[in-house]
Amino acid sequence: MAQAATEIHHEAHGHDAHAHHGPQGILKYIWSTDHKMIAMQYLFTGMFMGIVGGFMAYVFRMQLAFPGVSVPLFGVVSPGEYNALVTNHGSIMIFWVAMPVLIAAFGNYLIPLMIGADDMVFPRINRLSFQIFLVSVLMILASLFVSGGGFGGAWTSYPPLSAQSQYNLTSIGATMWLIAVALEFVAFLLGGINFIVTLMNARAPGMKAYDIPVVAWMIVIASILFMLSVGPLIAGAIMLLFDQTIGTGFFDPARGGDPILWQHLFWFFGHPEVYVVLLPAVGIVIDIVATFARKKLFGYKIMIFTAVATGVLSFFVWAHHQFIAGIDPRMANIFTVTTLLISVPIAELLFVMIATLYGGNIKLNTPMLWALSFIAEFLIGGVTGIFLGASGADIYLHDTYFVLAHFHYTFFPIAIIGTFAGFTYWFPKMFGKMMDDRLGKIHFWGTIIPFNMIFIPLFVLGLGGQHRRIYNFQNFPELAAMQPFRVLATVSLIIMLLFQLVFFWNCIKSWRGGAKAGRNPWKANTLEWTTESPPPHGNWPRDAMPRVYRGPYEYSVPGREDDYWPQNLPS
Amino acid sequence: MLERLVQQASSYAADIDGLILLVLVLVGFWFLLAEGMFFWLIWKFRERPGGRSEYITGKEKHLKRWISIPHALVLVCDVFIIIASVRVWYDVKQHLPQADETIRVTGQQWAWVFTHPGPDGDLDTPDDIQTVDDLYVEVDKTYHFQLESRDVLHSFSVPVFRLKQDAVPGRRITGWFRPTVTGTFDIQCAEICGIGHGVMAGRIHVQDAGTMAQWVTANSSTAAQ
Ligand code: HEM
Ligand SMILES: [Cu+2]
Ligand SMILES: [Cu+2]
Repeated sequence: MAQAATEIHHEAHGHDAHAHHGPQGILKYIWSTDHKMIAMQYLFTGMFMGIVGGFMAYVFRMQLAFPGVSVPLFGVVSPGEYNALVTNHGSIMIFWVAMPVLIAAFGNYLIPLMIGADDMVFPRINRLSFQIFLVSVLMILASLFVSGGGFGGAWTSYPPLSAQSQYNLTSIGATMWLIAVALEFVAFLLGGINFIVTLMNARAPGMKAYDIPVVAWMIVIASILFMLSVGPLIAGAIMLLFDQTIGTGFFDPARGGDPILWQHLFWFFGHPEVYVVLLPAVGIVIDIVATFARKKLFGYKIMIFTAVATGVLSFFVWAHHQFIAGIDPRMANIFTVTTLLISVPIAELLFVMIATLYGGNIKLNTPMLWALSFIAEFLIGGVTGIFLGASGADIYLHDTYFVLAHFHYTFFPIAIIGTFAGFTYWFPKMFGKMMDDRLGKIHFWGTIIPFNMIFIPLFVLGLGGQHRRIYNFQNFPELAAMQPFRVLATVSLIIMLLFQLVFFWNCIKSWRGGAKAGRNPWKANTLEWTTESPPPHGNWPRDAMPRVYRGPYEYSVPGREDDYWPQNLPS
Repeated sequence: MLERLVQQASSYAADIDGLILLVLVLVGFWFLLAEGMFFWLIWKFRERPGGRSEYITGKEKHLKRWISIPHALVLVCDVFIIIASVRVWYDVKQHLPQADETIRVTGQQWAWVFTHPGPDGDLDTPDDIQTVDDLYVEVDKTYHFQLESRDVLHSFSVPVFRLKQDAVPGRRITGWFRPTVTGTFDIQCAEICGIGHGVMAGRIHVQDAGTMAQWVTANSSTAAQ
């Protein structure tokens, strides 16, 4: 009790020191420009949206397993609602969960702390970024409740369906969806500028490019990818908005437009976007693996350069989403080659992670279990992608549940496993308390086993020819018989969702009564572990900003008594 | 392998399945190798009380091989897959074999409209036969289809044929298939097309020459009236 009180007092004091140039009370949090506060705002908003997206998955999976049933907490799912649920589930999970949590929350929290800076270079732009993001959140949530319902034209929003309300029957919902997505892009453009500039300019004295922890690099490379790829899509979004609202015909063949143009613009962004969310998750995993294997990373530079190579290649593969969309069939051959080539750097990323385990002293606590499961599960996502990159095989597999299971085996490890890994690893830093490891492990197994039980059946359904975005498979005689697989997936999902209660309970319990973490509970090397937990405003006392003397992964260096060697310790 | 789940009913179904099998074998090998290595390392180097990790930087020549050799081998596998894939793709999508007959497939919200050329064998003549959601074709005949859409994107998919092609408004996309087995099979729409996407289910009836001839006579007489 007494401890908690001093903790709170300390918190208040830390902020007071700066309060004279900021508003008071609750506004202090809303208008905070502190990177850690903004990170928390992104984190909790993202997690909340994760609950929304998960709930949507629950509703439409119930409909698929038990067609026509009145879904508890929702009701009967109409075909229009089904489409809107699927569309918004996908959009929310990618744009309002993966992006804010992996890029914005971890990026904001970690970059300044890991490079020894007192804040982002542009704190106000940072705040603006979150505020715009918040508007986009409200916009997408509101779009679900307007007349006509939420947009149901899939997260890819292909015109003419998305462009004309006579086709999609959700004029307001479609436009609100589009505006929400566009605002989200603006938020991340602003945030991205900040990450890049901060990493380039605000590093602690002595920190050279190759002394930067991999996760910070990854978030910055991801931000650069995002900024380079999103431009064409923003242009496309504006054209689509005009098609929707003032009747232009950019994508309408009857008026000289071309619907396939949208697909090129979308996937020119959409494919790099996959790597935008992948790279931060990979960074998180690498930092955790190095810490708990007590190992120097196997090939730091290989890692950074393969990430860059993946990023560059990812700009040349987009049309693998369009093999059978009506593009010139000769083009498919080029994109098959580029797509399969991208397997080389991705395989290399995984090899490096696996090789790092060699010779380690591997501690299997909760964050490490998450990090390792990322490797095991993402590998499934990776290898199944080869089937789809091979144009000849994609003729059959395109838009089936095989694709769906494939990309959930990439996105789930990224967005869910990566988040839990990072969250459980940095929780002690963020909140000053240790999490309960036993509850953490229960939550881990309760998530990872059902996750596989959801999506393995969906692979089978996809190979069986089941297509996506269909609200009732009983209408297709060849598919009707495979119902047990659908039920298995749905039941597994419900089990997985229930196990999330363990996580929330663990958070609350640990936050209120967990053991005090101290500065460096994991005996890790990177700079964020050299300050208090949670770090004060300004991160370190002004006269004691860290200096860097070595790289971030000097674990188990021969001749040293400790098996770690913090970056800021003079030799 | 795949035919255990979904019958093969077109001339190229087996090629596509063969390609999928080839990819399965190659990536399956890498998958098992990587996962095997991964779990073995976790077990072998699990925490020992008082244990200490080795200091390995990854710069050591003999260790770098652990990355560079698999790297090269992955590339070799990629080349095999690319060659196999391009060959299948060429046969199915790029190359149009001589047609015995040409039909038209039109997607619309939310039905498939099929136009059969009728007795004269030509489309856009008065004896064309139109059907909705049911497509009648003859076994062992090569068909060209002209795929069109009246409104939004649709995708003409016949899983037993391993055939799929998007329909795009404003375009006429020509493709081909050759049924090899008689029977009635699903046609699915594989591209979301609005609230009726889930009911856009057609059936394709592959018939022997005699039944097909009867069907044409029976329907062309009504069409001509
Ligand atoms: C919580 C567990 C999840 C389950 C059970 C689940 C399940 C599904 C299912 C069954 C569909 C397809 C529905 C249909 O096509 O009719 C779907 C679509 C999708 N999901 Fe998930 N999902 C989950 C988590 C995620 C996550 C974490 C992401 C990404 C970060 C994600 C991204 C998507 C996307 C992009 C789509 C495609 C939406 C569209 O077709 O427009 N999902 N999900
Ligand atoms: Cu892609
Ligand atoms: Cu459809």
